[in-house]
Amino acid sequence: MSPALIIFFVLAGLAVLAALSLVLQRHPIHSALSLIVVMVCLAGLYLLMGAEFVAAVQIIVYGGAIMVLFVFVIMLLNAGEEERTDFSKLAKFAGLPLALALTASIAAAVVKPELGALGATQAAIPNATAQISSMLFKEFVYPFELTSFLILVAIMGALVLAQREKK
Amino acid sequence: MVPTNYYLILSAILFGLGTVAFVFKRNIITIFMSIELMLNAVNLAFVAFSQAFGKVEGQVFVLFVIVVAAAEAAVGLGIIILIQRNRQSLNVEKVNLLKL
Repeated sequence: MSPALIIFFVLAGLAVLAALSLVLQRHPIHSALSLIVVMVCLAGLYLLMGAEFVAAVQIIVYGGAIMVLFVFVIMLLNAGEEERTDFSKLAKFAGLPLALALTASIAAAVVKPELGALGATQAAIPNATAQISSMLFKEFVYPFELTSFLILVAIMGALVLAQREKK
Repeated sequence: MVPTNYYLILSAILFGLGTVAFVFKRNIITIFMSIELMLNAVNLAFVAFSQAFGKVEGQVFVLFVIVVAAAEAAVGLGIIILIQRNRQSLNVEKVNLLKL
């Protein structure tokens, strides 16, 4: 077993365990902390694939900004333990098999045999960050500008939603 | 090197867990977090394909997905604050205005 494979299995196992913990924990803050573990593991996997820039963005934007926002809102609203309500009979008995079927069908749809053999993968893309930046400002310049507009709209939307009504 | 299929299977498992959390959770904040988990799973598949085919387009798409997720989180958490203010509860069962 090569070191890369061992690192992959450690990070992947940790990610799946943390995702399971997100599902099973009852307190939202515990779910949020589990999700942070998932994101850090994924950043490690991106590093393993040689996508350094994506790994850094994952840590900074996902693990930093978005999750801090979540934890902040959980604290602000003083969210307590989740109340369990009765599931419908259908959800109780068919839920897990259906979820497994969904996972299996997604896996079957994306997995290709020619991508499976050890060593079939290519090495990390050389100079990926430089290529991303030139692509972002040449081929994808209109979507890139659109995202700045999207963020502006999101800021205004969040402000309008969260402000108190004037008396 | 790690075969690309391993990454894709991990991505499918994470997406499935995200779907399960989305359907079974009752707290609206946790439901929101499971959406982020699904977006993360898709990002993993994007980067895996990007590496498998030696093209960086996949990584550019990941950046766009992260931007949209950030915008979505800002607006969605604003909506959550509004729901808490109007209903004094984060339980989605209590948000049933449009239910028949």
